Amino acid sequence: MALSHQTPEDACDTFAKLLDRNAAVRGDRPAAREKALGVWASWTWAEAREEVRALAMGLRELGLAPGDRVAVVGTNRPQLYWSMIASQCCGAQPVPLYQDSVADEMAYVLDHAEVRFAVVEDQEQVDKLLAIADRLPMLERILYLDPRGLRRYDHGRLTALSEAQAKGREHAARLEPEINAVVAAQTGAEPCVMLYTSGTTGKPKGVVLSYDNILKTSRASAAFDGLTDRDSILAYLPMAWVGDFIFSMGQAYVTGFCVACPESAETMMTDLREIGPSYFFAPPRIFETLLTSVTIRMEDAGPIKKRLFDHFIGHARRVGCAILDGRPVSTADRLWYRVGEALVYGPLKNALGMSRIRVGYTAGEAIGPEIFEFYRSLGVNLKQLYGQTEASVFITQQPDGAVRADTVGVPSPGVELRIGESGEVFYRSPGVFMEYYRNAEATAETKDAEGWVATGDAGFFEPDTGQLRIIDRAKDVGKLTSGALFAPKYVENKLKFFPDIKEAVSFGHGRDHVCAFVNIDLDSVGAWAERNNVAYASYQELAQHPRVTGKIAAQVAEANRSIASDPLLSACQVRRFLILHKELDPDDGEMTRTMKVRRRIIAERYQPLIDALYSDATEVFADVEVSYEDGRKGRISATVRIIDAETVEPAREIAA
Amino acid sequence: MNMDAQLAAHLSGGRQAGGTLLEVKNITLRFGGVEALKNISFDIREGEIRAIIGPNGAGKSSMLNVISGFYHPQEGEVWFRGEKRRPMRPHQIARQGLARTFQNIALFKGMSTLDNIMTGRLTMMRRNMLWQALWKGPAEAEEIAHREAVERIIDFLEIQHIRKKPVGALPYGLQKRVELGRALAAEPKLLLLDEPMAGMNVEEKEDMSRFILDVNDEFGTTIALIEHDMGVVMDLSDRVVVLDYGRKIGDGAPAEVRANPEVIDAYLGVAHE
Repeated sequence: MALSHQTPEDACDTFAKLLDRNAAVRGDRPAAREKALGVWASWTWAEAREEVRALAMGLRELGLAPGDRVAVVGTNRPQLYWSMIASQCCGAQPVPLYQDSVADEMAYVLDHAEVRFAVVEDQEQVDKLLAIADRLPMLERILYLDPRGLRRYDHGRLTALSEAQAKGREHAARLEPEINAVVAAQTGAEPCVMLYTSGTTGKPKGVVLSYDNILKTSRASAAFDGLTDRDSILAYLPMAWVGDFIFSMGQAYVTGFCVACPESAETMMTDLREIGPSYFFAPPRIFETLLTSVTIRMEDAGPIKKRLFDHFIGHARRVGCAILDGRPVSTADRLWYRVGEALVYGPLKNALGMSRIRVGYTAGEAIGPEIFEFYRSLGVNLKQLYGQTEASVFITQQPDGAVRADTVGVPSPGVELRIGESGEVFYRSPGVFMEYYRNAEATAETKDAEGWVATGDAGFFEPDTGQLRIIDRAKDVGKLTSGALFAPKYVENKLKFFPDIKEAVSFGHGRDHVCAFVNIDLDSVGAWAERNNVAYASYQELAQHPRVTGKIAAQVAEANRSIASDPLLSACQVRRFLILHKELDPDDGEMTRTMKVRRRIIAERYQPLIDALYSDATEVFADVEVSYEDGRKGRISATVRIIDAETVEPAREIAA
Repeated sequence: MNMDAQLAAHLSGGRQAGGTLLEVKNITLRFGGVEALKNISFDIREGEIRAIIGPNGAGKSSMLNVISGFYHPQEGEVWFRGEKRRPMRPHQIARQGLARTFQNIALFKGMSTLDNIMTGRLTMMRRNMLWQALWKGPAEAEEIAHREAVERIIDFLEIQHIRKKPVGALPYGLQKRVELGRALAAEPKLLLLDEPMAGMNVEEKEDMSRFILDVNDEFGTTIALIEHDMGVVMDLSDRVVVLDYGRKIGDGAPAEVRANPEVIDAYLGVAHE
């Protein structure tokens, strides 16, 4: 029972208690949906509780003990989310893993987290775990959701989730009181979940977050945007990512809104359209991909449609953002915007699955201002937030009406921020993590005695708006030989804002100017090639086509003009660049699983190319090893052209 | 959805080794003066994956067409499920529990994946055209049941994302998968696959191999397949028949067949003295 000085809301300080509350308060409201066999199946909060409890009893019967850790591996499925809460009901902590990690990466995390039980989605994941089982003496039992293909496996250490639930229900009379006792004794200060950071450098670290971290942050952020149990969300981002844990678990359980799981990764767009969520998060990459596909389809549309689209999108660009922000706009423009809404914006938002979005967020990388404003001008309330795993996501976020493409917002409720002398951003909040698991040294490096955490990002507060602006990773910010500041990610983002450029990696620390590698976007450039009769057989060939290099060179020049306009960073203009002969790939270790470039590894792998960029060469022979999806190795080689980019002259004087 | 239901589905069906499902005895097939098949005999056991291999023009597809009832051999008998087969039209044979895919994809290009697979259920639809035209009532209930069966296949083959796309616009590997789906929709006892991996890249071949093994494993469907890729055949099949110029030159486990000198000659084209 709640103590008198606590509100009943605060008494629910764990997921198990929140589940009980939701089942009692809104038992017949939908808790989860999943598209299976072409139909959306849903579970109410009461049904979800029954499933979770049955699984919790089953896990306990199988021997899961308080203090254990349970790995959860798979795509977003309601049963996998429930298995996390079921583990917590047994006093254990879930450790969700990236489902696309290769077996070796998984082995490290499973071993480091001393995982005893693993709940996995299907045969693919079972195979991976069995392949590394020899190295994991702690791993006792693997539970699987989808039995397909597993019939003939040795079931010595394998159990179907449904079988575990059946076992739990069978012995409910004995197990239920035991689970109830564990749940009642849990407090908010206990560890809730362990999330491994993808690690742009070194081995991944296990971030331990408490119930208080997750739930206090969830409550504050849900209140910030006025989320209620009438909202809905599509859970499609990796379960191992802290954002998904906050959105699909924390905020969902705190407010009681419904979490829908897509049918498969490929059907995400269709499912998004069918569900029409009111609350949506996507990394910039997704918004870019969507906009690219819209642009490509409009290029192929008939002339009337195309003109209609161009006209009203132009109108939206002029007044759409102002209308969304509630700034003054003339009545004529407002009326015309209404017409546009009926003819273009409404149908377009419907096709994108964004008709009902009330609050949308993007974070993780900088988003192109063009892209950001495109969505906002259509009336989609897209905002930015800044966060990290160690903060239980929220550090800063943008309030409605004060949204900008180049800032990340004001401190979230309950978060204190300060900028260190080196320009590094520090924060302190109720969401600050407990520790890095079995790594006291790293914990001490990141979090000081007063609870201030170093973000590792360099940034500053904009004087007039009070919003935070992030420049780059603090350790990545370097200096050119001239002494001018070099912010690689800033440069890369300027380049990546062009739809034709998918990835960019820039170099310049300790050099006298900046050079860059570029990956073209095959969808965008491919569509252009088709329209312009440019024949190509492969990515490699298209990337080196003279007309493509010319097109990219023009875009680099354009980016340079934009970089030159910022006096602090104008020396960062790209002098020479090349288009890589292969796409950067996490399987080759060139990117993290969350698709961030690993600059150091790339620099090592492509050393000869960097040398050539800083020489007078006009082309270079490139040859690298690549890993295929099945684990085999091969080599890709090609002659790559080096292109001199146009720079803006006065920039150098300002920099000097 | 209940997790128990999934478990129940998982425990029913499944692969069992069994008796003879189909037997061909002394088949000879002639087109005018050309003898496409000469006195061929072999059997297919329940639950196995049986491969028919051979160089170009060996008579593999002819053999499959005899089994599927498309060709009527001049001599010999086909025994299916313990009964000698009398001459029948292909759709009658389909009703007996036999389904196939084609070497050159034979789908309805303008129709969606869903509709194409639905056509595979045609032999199982009981309501006549009048009922279907009325739509409400029994025909509707029947269609819902069939749709669910089709959705299970779509889920099984992992083609949810192309459910509503016209198949003509799909890449080749996916079209092959849709064709497999249509054959599966007929819930066959014996599934005939005519070069399921022809023209596929390595990744598509791996996917298709996985699906063939899973069909065999999950539904207990007996499979007879024609294939060129020896690696695939050796990995997938339980037993292999080798044809060359319309004659049977080998029959047995993959390892046995591979060691057979006559088979090696036929494949590598060694000169005979």
